Amino acid sequence: MKQFRSSRRSFLALAAVTPFAVMATSACGTSGPGGASGGGASMWFLTGEPNQTTMQKAVDAFGSANPDNKIAVTYFQNDAYKTKIKTAIGAGQAPTIIYGWGGGGLKTYADAGQVEDLTSWFESNPDLKNKFFPSSFGAATVDGKIYALPNQYVAPIVLFYNKDLFDKAGVQPPKTWEDLMSLVKTFNDMGVAPLSLGGQSRWTSMMWLEYLLDRIGGPEVFQAIFEGKPNAWMDPAVIETGTKIQELVSADGFIKGFSSITADSKADQALLFTGKAAMMLQGSWTYGAMKKDGQNFVQNGKLGFVNFPTIAGGKGDPKNGVGNPAQYMSISAKATDKEKESAKKFFKDGIMTDTVIDAYINSGSVPIVTGIEDKLASSPDKDFLNFVYALGKDAPSFQQSWDQALSPTAAEALLNNIDQLFLKSITPQQFAENMNATLGK
Amino acid sequence: MSSTTSHRALPGTQKTRETVKQKSALPWLTLPALFFFVVFAVIPLLGVLVLSFANWDGIGAIGAAGMENWTSVLSDPELYNSLGLTFMIMIVSWLVQTPISLLLGVFTAGTQRYRAALAVLYFLPLLLSSAAVAIAYKALLDPNFGLAMGLGLPFLAQDWLGVPQLALGLIIFVIAWQFVPFHTLIYQGGVRQIPKSLYEAAQIDGAGTIKQFFHITLPQLKYTIITSSTLMVVGSLTYFDLIFVLTGGGPGNSTRILALDMYLRGFRANLMGPASVIAVILVVIGLALALFLQRLGGKDQQGSQLEGM
Repeated sequence: MKQFRSSRRSFLALAAVTPFAVMATSACGTSGPGGASGGGASMWFLTGEPNQTTMQKAVDAFGSANPDNKIAVTYFQNDAYKTKIKTAIGAGQAPTIIYGWGGGGLKTYADAGQVEDLTSWFESNPDLKNKFFPSSFGAATVDGKIYALPNQYVAPIVLFYNKDLFDKAGVQPPKTWEDLMSLVKTFNDMGVAPLSLGGQSRWTSMMWLEYLLDRIGGPEVFQAIFEGKPNAWMDPAVIETGTKIQELVSADGFIKGFSSITADSKADQALLFTGKAAMMLQGSWTYGAMKKDGQNFVQNGKLGFVNFPTIAGGKGDPKNGVGNPAQYMSISAKATDKEKESAKKFFKDGIMTDTVIDAYINSGSVPIVTGIEDKLASSPDKDFLNFVYALGKDAPSFQQSWDQALSPTAAEALLNNIDQLFLKSITPQQFAENMNATLGK
Repeated sequence: MSSTTSHRALPGTQKTRETVKQKSALPWLTLPALFFFVVFAVIPLLGVLVLSFANWDGIGAIGAAGMENWTSVLSDPELYNSLGLTFMIMIVSWLVQTPISLLLGVFTAGTQRYRAALAVLYFLPLLLSSAAVAIAYKALLDPNFGLAMGLGLPFLAQDWLGVPQLALGLIIFVIAWQFVPFHTLIYQGGVRQIPKSLYEAAQIDGAGTIKQFFHITLPQLKYTIITSSTLMVVGSLTYFDLIFVLTGGGPGNSTRILALDMYLRGFRANLMGPASVIAVILVVIGLALALFLQRLGGKDQQGSQLEGM
């Protein structure tokens, strides 16, 4: 009997103590998850080949050369990462190295004092700063201060097409909007979808608006929106952009069921290389993925690529590009000094080494470093790489993707309204009005 | 349960003493549970209430907002769209799931071998996580590379996730597919609790299977139905993962139910204040519904259904 009671008492004691123990354990976590044992820094990166392997190799090479500054990487799926990193930063649980796309997202972190100001560090490392395309620093800069290291590659949005289908139809890739509209009719008559689109992902649909607005109204229109000028969204060019989108949807320009197709599953790319769709507007990163998945579609030269068509009477330069000028890495202000030092060392010696640069070129991407013309020219993918290089380096204006450039609040409203614009459940006028209400938010 | 079994082993005199002592210890036994409830339910709930009057982007400093969040959310047509969709999914889900799980529950309660084998198959969806279910359905329903193409059934090649009505119907179907097994399990347990003697008596009186079902099984399952319905109705307020992965609230806003609306506002648009307002609304609706369903059971719901047995 006695034993029964004492065991009950100790159970109660255990039950009473457990919550405190749990709290104590979780309190330890504030120093940051994945805090690499024995010094070093933690980093979160995205899953998906070929970049995941490239990054892992770079981290491994850096770790074996600098055993005291090892980088511990955890990988996350793209869409999930975007939410997770925001929550982690807000909770003071961010990794040392914060990967992102610069622009509006970076500005929220900088405004909240969550990321390190790297301006003076870049000043004391001029070689590193001069290594990158000067244009890549734009989206890393907030109020004249640099908060992130540009890295990886430039990723413009490109109009891809299936050369086999174009030969079969006896047509040329579109140079103007009228060309595009007549191609829509040609391919629909042939029983092939004119344009592939992963519409459920929404940012895929956004790419069409980005180019159309640039071609119609020039880069100034979005610049005014970006700066939050009053009534910037009510510009007539925005309304015309929306009208053109809905004309294209009404003409069955996009593949039937595009709202059910996601870009994450790469189904939109598969439609292009299996010959179910003739054209696709997508990021240059899909080139590498199609080369890998497309069963020699790319290797046999069946993949064509052109600049976005021009629009009669439009103000934008036909050489203008849109897309991601680079990817970015910041250092968490909450990290320890030791972790920050490791991260800076990795930024300087580990992240854009010659091996990494070659790996990006081999996977069909253009790294954002200067002086790589020879390497690009000797690659089997030189046609595409030179095309992207010219777009990234020589474009009079290279607009960062809208959902990255704007604040998260405005970006979410934008994607939601674009979805409705493509569904024709709102008019171009309503689209402009809805977006106008988000200015300054 | 365990205390009664331990009593039986004790001699009579000690038994009464022990019972008194244990009764006085009982309130203390609830303390650990109460502690967890306060720390993980009550305090966060108060936190959300406070946040609903604040401006916060989830990263920077928290500032006072007064009534601003409440007025902006309550005047937002999106809230009423979400509310309507939430109730629509709740009601249709209940109408679809209750009869199916009731009948399946009665069927699997039988002792025949083949019923047990089928029951195992029915319970399979219960083992899968919502995210896995959603991803699998998304792949199967892809209009170009999905089931329709694989099986050569063109009528399956619909724009399932791209047409608002189809997407909503599909979500109700997938929710039912996933949760019917769970409610079947509840009904199966309920049916097995019904005393055999009731059926034997009915048989002597000449009642057939259908009459037995409506006059014995169904009335005896009253509280099981209430429990299952409460879980369905209150649970449908928090459907999130499945819809988030399957449609993300789209196309447009046509599957953006309240819980999803809260998440998108809070974690995508970084508007924690308005998201907290919706969280408070969700809590109030959930409590009201749970209370209402408890009332449906009548005042003497602790009373036995087996009086006279």
